[in-house]
Amino acid sequence: MPKPLVTSGAVIDGYTIGECVHAGGMATLWAVTHPDIDKPLLMKVPRVSEGEDPAAIVSFEMEMMILPRLAGPHVPACFGTGDFAHQAYAVIERIPGTTLYKRLPDLPLPYEEARVLVSKIAAALADLHRQNVIHHDIKPSSIMFRDSGEAVLIDYGLSHHDHLPDLLQEEFRLPYGTAPYMAPERLLGVRDDPRSDLFSLGVLLYFFTTGERPFGEGETLRAMRRRLWRDPHPPRGLRADYPPWLQEVVLRCLEIEPVRRYPTASQLAFDLAHPDQVRLTARSERMKRDAWSVAWRRRFNQDAMRPRARSDVAEQIASSPILAVALDTVEGEAELNEALRVTTERILATLPSARLACVNVLKLNRIAIDKTLDEQGSNKHIDRLVALRHWATPLKLDEGRLSVHVLEAVDPATALLEFAEMNSVDHVIIGARQNSFRRTWLGSVSSKVAAEATCSVTVVRPPRMAPAKPDAGVVWG
Amino acid sequence: MLLAVFSDIHGNRQAFEACLKVARAKGAEQFVLLGDFVGYGADPEWVVDTAMKLVEEGAIAVRGNHDEAVGTTTETMNAEAQIAIEWTRGRLDVAQRRFLAELPMAVHEQERLYVHSEASQPARWTYIRSTADAAKSLISTPSHVTFCGHVHRPALYSMSVTAKMTSFVPKTDVPVQLLRGRQWLAVLGSVGQPRDGDPSAAFVLFDTISCQITYCRVPYDIASAANKIRENGLPPWLADRLSQGR
Repeated sequence: MPKPLVTSGAVIDGYTIGECVHAGGMATLWAVTHPDIDKPLLMKVPRVSEGEDPAAIVSFEMEMMILPRLAGPHVPACFGTGDFAHQAYAVIERIPGTTLYKRLPDLPLPYEEARVLVSKIAAALADLHRQNVIHHDIKPSSIMFRDSGEAVLIDYGLSHHDHLPDLLQEEFRLPYGTAPYMAPERLLGVRDDPRSDLFSLGVLLYFFTTGERPFGEGETLRAMRRRLWRDPHPPRGLRADYPPWLQEVVLRCLEIEPVRRYPTASQLAFDLAHPDQVRLTARSERMKRDAWSVAWRRRFNQDAMRPRARSDVAEQIASSPILAVALDTVEGEAELNEALRVTTERILATLPSARLACVNVLKLNRIAIDKTLDEQGSNKHIDRLVALRHWATPLKLDEGRLSVHVLEAVDPATALLEFAEMNSVDHVIIGARQNSFRRTWLGSVSSKVAAEATCSVTVVRPPRMAPAKPDAGVVWG
Repeated sequence: MLLAVFSDIHGNRQAFEACLKVARAKGAEQFVLLGDFVGYGADPEWVVDTAMKLVEEGAIAVRGNHDEAVGTTTETMNAEAQIAIEWTRGRLDVAQRRFLAELPMAVHEQERLYVHSEASQPARWTYIRSTADAAKSLISTPSHVTFCGHVHRPALYSMSVTAKMTSFVPKTDVPVQLLRGRQWLAVLGSVGQPRDGDPSAAFVLFDTISCQITYCRVPYDIASAANKIRENGLPPWLADRLSQGR
């Protein structure tokens, strides 16, 4: 191996080396500058000399392959990499501030703060998974936040890119990573399941809201393997005021079987954004761990959860989208709402892990002050929620896959677009009114949504009626 | 420099033409032909003539087992391959047969090795079917990248300095950087008779500066290639399998 060339004042490939800002076990970080790049930069240099952990080299190779391919606000921008043949390095954007590790003395955090924090991390994970990358080392010291609020995931040395060779595949006999956060399937050698990251994020959420790590700090393989059969103490047993919805979310992330966790990070982010819509199951009630008899049965029936067939990250995410159906609950839309239900049913039939958000917009007056109660004195908001649930009942969706939302807004199209954006909706299903007075005068909501949404939009019309007569005054628009 | 590497053309003119067109459009500056120009397909003359012309213009070509079988009767093959080879032999003229017979078994070019089957014993025509097969090939050469074909299924293996192996099924059109510091074995899919379930023709682009390899797939006129096999009385399975990619 060539002697490290990186020292303060040296120039490598146009980068002038400044001070060493961090010396970790696997790599050192240097502040660097480049005449053409007007941004604070860091150069990451692996420890490759004799006697160092060989894992450092492989991890760094993996990082060099993955970093230049990542994009977006949730990853550090990569400006260049250097080869092992000369001097291995990666130059990345220097994100100001500290990692989440610095918050450890403040634990447990208030529930609301933890909810906001983890929902941002879930959004970052969703973006990473969309780029075909599984992080595999989600923990406080891998997470930073931009001034603009977005979570940034750093350190890709243990990551898996579904479109690249996995250099860590056969490198280590033992699973490599951070013991307290490692998903159980990782202990069985599975490296291609994005839900492993959701488990780690569940560990983080548990830790940040209870102050305790759900599986302790055990670093030995034996201690780590316990999570293959032993469930953690329910947080409600540790903190009496622990919200049931939060326990539901945390324990779902920490399910031993990946298939029982959230199917995607976007769906986890969705629940964190709508705590009142989290469907509570027996998980939320639990005060104690499973009985020993249950845990022991799991322990000795390990064959049941041997690694399953290889999964494709992109395929798995695509099969678990968030659908939003925009519904008008007013009288006289029965035919359109039926058509919407038929279309929604067909889409859901092909996507067993999709979740559906039924959305209605309660239109506010521009000028008049709105009353919450209608003329008959009943609450409009609640009436609409009831109507949405009623519409969805024939779909026979498991409650965990369904949520209902009433948005209050002056402009329905803008409200729907914002909802889709905020909740990472993958597909909007919306009805178009036929030749109505409102459409002619107010403009079409569906056409604005279809034109401006950043996701797919299906516009549904009721079954074709008898063709309009030429003299009937058809409105073209 | 951008290399375009082709393997296992097997007398399939439509597939080879389509791949050459795409490779040229993508800016390929040098061509490498990894053997098995003939056998199975019904256009051996055109394929060999094209290969001869490319070699005259500077392309690198190595010998495959079907090319060798044209000149010798000792090579053992399955019945369909044997019928196709005997038919091919009658179609080629002296110059074409000499071209095939004189092809080298392997060519080294800078840090790259081109060979039809694998590097350890190229004349034994061993198939790379597993990580262990790949390791055997990689250990036998100091080359940074070995390019081979023969199995008709794309794969990409690497070996670290501590002899740890990785295996990978490459994704179409996604460039992968072949990092220095480890050795790589790039197994190409077939131009003329893909067997990985995807019937489109396969070839590879390699950028010698950035060390990026891209596995490409090209749709081509399968019906014409298959019809010509049937018209020439070759075993019908050789035509049928083209549309199935197996």
